[in-house]
Amino acid sequence: MKKKKSFWLLIVLMVSTLIFAGCNSSTSGDNGDEGGEADEGSTGGTLVFGRGGDSTSLDPAITTEGEAFKVTKNIFETLVEFGEQDTELHPGLATEWETSEDGLTQTLKLREGVKFHDGTDFNAEAVVFNFERWMAGNKEQFYYYNSQFGDKVDSVTAVDDYTVEVKLNTAIAPFYKNLAMSPFGIASPTAIEEHGDKFLENPVGTGPFKFQEWKRNDRITIVKNEEYWDEDLPKLDSVIFRSIPENSARLNALASGEVDLIDGVNFSDVQQIEDNPDLQTFERPTMNVAYVGLTNTRGPLQEKLVRQALNHAVNKEEIIDAFYAGAADPAVNPMPPVISGYNDEIEDYPYDPEKAKELLKEAGYEDGFEMELWAMPVPRPYMPDGQKIAEALQADFAEIGVKAKIVSYEWGTYLEKANNGEADSFLLGWTGDNGDADNFLYVLLDEDAIGSNNYTYYKNSEVHDLLLEAQATTDQAKRDELYKQAQVIIKEDAPWIPLVHSRPILAGKSNIKNFLPHPTGSDLLSHVEVSQ
Amino acid sequence: MLTYTVRRLIALIPVLLGLSLIVFLMIRAIPGDPAQIILGQLATEEAIEALTKQLGLDQPWYIQYFTYLGDLLTGDLGESIKTNTAINQEIWPYLAATLELSFCAMLIAIFIGVNAGIISAWFQHSWFDYIAMILALIGVSIPIFWLGLMEQWFFSIQLDWLPTSGREEVRNPVTSITNIYLIDTLIQGRFDQFVDVLRHLILPAFALATIPMAIIARITRSSMLEVMKSDYIRTARAKGIRMFWVVYKHSLKNAVIPVLTVIGLQTGLLLGGAILTETIFSWPGMGRYIYDAISARDYPVIQSGILVIAFIFVMINLFIDLLYAAIDPRINYR
Repeated sequence: MKKKKSFWLLIVLMVSTLIFAGCNSSTSGDNGDEGGEADEGSTGGTLVFGRGGDSTSLDPAITTEGEAFKVTKNIFETLVEFGEQDTELHPGLATEWETSEDGLTQTLKLREGVKFHDGTDFNAEAVVFNFERWMAGNKEQFYYYNSQFGDKVDSVTAVDDYTVEVKLNTAIAPFYKNLAMSPFGIASPTAIEEHGDKFLENPVGTGPFKFQEWKRNDRITIVKNEEYWDEDLPKLDSVIFRSIPENSARLNALASGEVDLIDGVNFSDVQQIEDNPDLQTFERPTMNVAYVGLTNTRGPLQEKLVRQALNHAVNKEEIIDAFYAGAADPAVNPMPPVISGYNDEIEDYPYDPEKAKELLKEAGYEDGFEMELWAMPVPRPYMPDGQKIAEALQADFAEIGVKAKIVSYEWGTYLEKANNGEADSFLLGWTGDNGDADNFLYVLLDEDAIGSNNYTYYKNSEVHDLLLEAQATTDQAKRDELYKQAQVIIKEDAPWIPLVHSRPILAGKSNIKNFLPHPTGSDLLSHVEVSQ
Repeated sequence: MLTYTVRRLIALIPVLLGLSLIVFLMIRAIPGDPAQIILGQLATEEAIEALTKQLGLDQPWYIQYFTYLGDLLTGDLGESIKTNTAINQEIWPYLAATLELSFCAMLIAIFIGVNAGIISAWFQHSWFDYIAMILALIGVSIPIFWLGLMEQWFFSIQLDWLPTSGREEVRNPVTSITNIYLIDTLIQGRFDQFVDVLRHLILPAFALATIPMAIIARITRSSMLEVMKSDYIRTARAKGIRMFWVVYKHSLKNAVIPVLTVIGLQTGLLLGGAILTETIFSWPGMGRYIYDAISARDYPVIQSGILVIAFIFVMINLFIDLLYAAIDPRINYR
């Protein structure tokens, strides 16, 4: 009896050992299979896209989140579309568009013969339906509609089957640039009525890919839309978006071949990828800005001279070399140079600690002062490592006698407290939504934006008037002039230390072709091919 | 034994009540007005007020607590703010993923940990003993984060044996039935996928197993050493019983109680502490479910997620307590 029990114990031990040994030995054969799978059958193949986070919604209208748009960009189409790698306007679901003299009537001719993935016809009625949905929704739910159009849209009507007329009560200069943003993807009215508040899990658009499956926190699968109006597209059969939160783990997954393409590559890993013949890197054209916010309502930072002094204290080139592997340009203005209206005549405050000390002396802070410097707790394409960049800034500030104490909070708390004006100075950044100057200057620095994205509480009525005038001006040359003036004043007031405009890095297998990263961060994958 | 079990179950009630209260109060201690955070920057006063009311946050905290408790008793874990879905509907896939991973990790930890401990005690002061204990010391102190990335680099990239992350090959996904993939693939007779799932499990399970394995090895060793010095062991050896049976039968049975306690505690820690492992290996489990909920301020999910984990922890330890009695008849529960 006793012997028998021990015998069984031994058997269990042996079997479990065998199982683990078995797992290991079976692997080599399995890898061979994987290669085979990719080759077999269909022409286009599957692209596995590894990214940092999951989407929270697949209904673009009700979200503000980049990870959501990365997917919806391929399921939904907008009336007008951005260019492949810029924010120039091209025909989308609308083939022609026209603005009336007074800028108050917008007329769009729609593309004919387009169907939603569920078979519903795309026509003027569907567009009106979408506008009415956005207009009827509350501000919290339809954030982008309300911030870009809000009460300025008076009515939207179907003139005939394929013509839509939008009447405005105030001109919106970037009207079409706004319409090209991902949140304004046109959704199937039938599907919205059918799924109600579950539409965010059952997205139906007209785009090159159809939604297939979503396993939350894990992956989203979209497949080729066989009925797509452009018969040559998409090239791929399916795309799987996998969330792999850790940057190094994501690169490991690419290197081992489990995923084909990744975003959020650490700048410090670029060299390693370029040395690997199986991999390639992609640079996303810049449309962002990273900055140090100097809360204009707090302590010594209320003084313009102090803020200018801090601007002189920062060595941007050194920061770019150390943390961006050179894939960034020093920022002079609050928006990147690609944006129309950028003032390239403005010169940056040169790095000059002596000058900075003089300015501090002039402001009455000869012996310096102490302040908090908040470090972002999460990496972003414009801010790869908040903590380390904060340390570099701390050293720069120390040189002119300003003692910065580095503070950090959990991300949600960080934003909330900074928004309440509780930070002295803080790191933050912004990626543009539509390539319009309004989307940087008004959104980030106008007094109307205090409490939303103007974290520094910067308030200048002259700037405010210029920005409002630019919003209502449809003549682009005149608008550019207004924005250039605003940038001069902002530079002088120095509410920020603009740090850099970074070029975020993506990486993929060397067999990926025609992948063109878009500056907005949402990439259209219909032209992408994976050669075998 | 039966009365003991029943009594232990009754004694669980105040524990669980206390647990729910602590979790409830903890969530309320997170800074910020939930309604404001949920609605975002453009929210109007009225909207915030309406949501506060809808969430019941305008009531005094004890009323909120009792409402919450009442819901819990009917099996209602609340509704996720982020997804508008009942939590008891959406929690299972995450829980299943975590259970599968933790179970495998614990299996590895127990199997290797206990055996290493026993052999170390058996051959005390041998080279095996020294190496095993040095490894155990490294094991308890190694950062999981680093270990996980090194595992990926070595086993996936250098040797190309195992996949780096995820639960399955996404190009050939498992059709989920129970969401415990090892079981799902077996039910469907997909042995190719079973092997694939197992291969995905190995690296994260080993990473997760490292700390408990080391702790179990150390406890087993010291507990075994103590027992092996006792008289009855000397008697057993004098009787001429083979050393293997003396160690694995006579000694282990008496040395196992502290080991079981540690296993119980470690299993609980594993469930809650899987978050780093889940992050590095992009394992869609409870750790990330709760972590993401914290970032999104999805209060009902944070609350219920922590509660579910805590509940499992309590149940495992109850089970371990009952196991004591089954293993050691000297333990008298009156």
